[in-house]
Amino acid sequence: MKKPINVSNQGATLDTSRRNFLKLSGIGIAVAGLTLVGCDDDNFEYNDNKIFDLGMGDVGVLNYAYALEQLEADFYTKVVNNFYAGISNAEKEVLTDLYHHEVIHRDFFKAAITGATTNVLPTLEFQYPNVNFNDRNSVLATAKALEDTGVAAYNAAGKYITNPAYLVLAGKIVSVEARHASAIRDLINPLTAAFSGDDVVNPTTGLDVAKEPKDVVMAAGGFIKTPFTWKERGIN
Amino acid sequence: MNILKLLDKLSDDSFFTKQTSRLDNLSDLSTFGKKAAIAALPLGLGSFMATSAKAETKTEPTLAMKSALTDALQLALTLEYLEDEYYRIGLNTANLIPASDKVVFQQISKHEAAHVTFLKSTLTSLGTAPVAKPTFDFTANGAFTPFTNYQQFLTLAQAFEDTGVRAYKGQAGNVMSNKDVLQAALQIHSVEARHASMVRRMRANKGWIELANGGNMPAATNPVYNGEDVTMQAGFNTATAFGAAAGSAAYDEILTGTEATAIASLFID
Repeated sequence: MKKPINVSNQGATLDTSRRNFLKLSGIGIAVAGLTLVGCDDDNFEYNDNKIFDLGMGDVGVLNYAYALEQLEADFYTKVVNNFYAGISNAEKEVLTDLYHHEVIHRDFFKAAITGATTNVLPTLEFQYPNVNFNDRNSVLATAKALEDTGVAAYNAAGKYITNPAYLVLAGKIVSVEARHASAIRDLINPLTAAFSGDDVVNPTTGLDVAKEPKDVVMAAGGFIKTPFTWKERGIN
Repeated sequence: MNILKLLDKLSDDSFFTKQTSRLDNLSDLSTFGKKAAIAALPLGLGSFMATSAKAETKTEPTLAMKSALTDALQLALTLEYLEDEYYRIGLNTANLIPASDKVVFQQISKHEAAHVTFLKSTLTSLGTAPVAKPTFDFTANGAFTPFTNYQQFLTLAQAFEDTGVRAYKGQAGNVMSNKDVLQAALQIHSVEARHASMVRRMRANKGWIELANGGNMPAATNPVYNGEDVTMQAGFNTATAFGAAAGSAAYDEILTGTEATAIASLFID
């Protein structure tokens, strides 16, 4: 008889570049009967399929938004805790506001989702391998990418929301992300068309980018260390 | 349809309470667009979760939903007509917009014109004749001189863009029955927010709205910013972490069809 070992990912640090089970830290292992005499190793199945799935329906969309807000909050926290050399007061103010807003968004989603389901996305780990936090161009370019991605993500995710109350909440946030994106773009290329450039707003239709979850996770994936799936939306 | 008849119809929020849908969670639409209902959401939105399974059922849009959808688009079109015309006149007025700022307004104007075209063709494809462009009075009966005073031009531009963001947001529930229209509406809504942020910053404001302060805006534009100071979102206090200004700025609020119409009507002859 096989006894399953259930691995909880509470506070887990998962480095999936090497799926070496024994090097995963902080994992609580709940094992029934591990100390039972008479059971040898062959009798244990390892269930290491505990990668978090964002969930079904509206829960999935909320967890998705929560993931992106976690990323933005994490990024701006790093930015404001070590402003780049030569930062202007205007830039400091903008980046501080963005930090405030994204932390608020993140904490809002955590509270809202926690109240609605047990399937709450855990705290993710992030990495910024190609970002130089001491370089203005690097920081602003990354901020721009994150904000534009946020806008595109919300724009495409709206149609997957079934509850109108959630749709309004998402709507209240996405326009703020767009305000952010516009401001960052203007900091990079002041008083040009960049704030609402042809690279994001289709010049023929006037429509902003909308990116499917699969494409967003692919684009943002470089920043996200902790793996997760969203099977309903084809992210495995 | 005569624009004023449409605006009257939209002013009657009870119009949107006619529900023939069997999807229970859509009963929320009867109070949708009324800020009080949204503010009353319990923390965690848990009470709304139970119906999500029912919502999976595919249902043909009912007549009421279809009407709410096209009326929402007609409102959006009206606001886009307004912005489109406003920027055209502004760009064509000699010595109004400084050379340094022209590129920004050319880009904004390009988008508003595109939105007009897009919304007209969307309505047509839904089998509804788009409303005709109204006659606008951008002086609001003599209150403003936006085409002889650049500061006023900027002021009204900010008001129009911030209004557009809130108005589209307020119609989201009315267009969600058609996924293509909803997505397009979101894609226009975020562009208006980009515009708003830019114009606000050109007026030495932040790109976002803190409390209910438009930022050096005349009292006549108070309706554009009323209600923007809320710091409760679905039972979550957004002011706890960094104060009310940050908490309120992190979220843009809706305008109901009635409220958006009232603002637009100030500029319609």
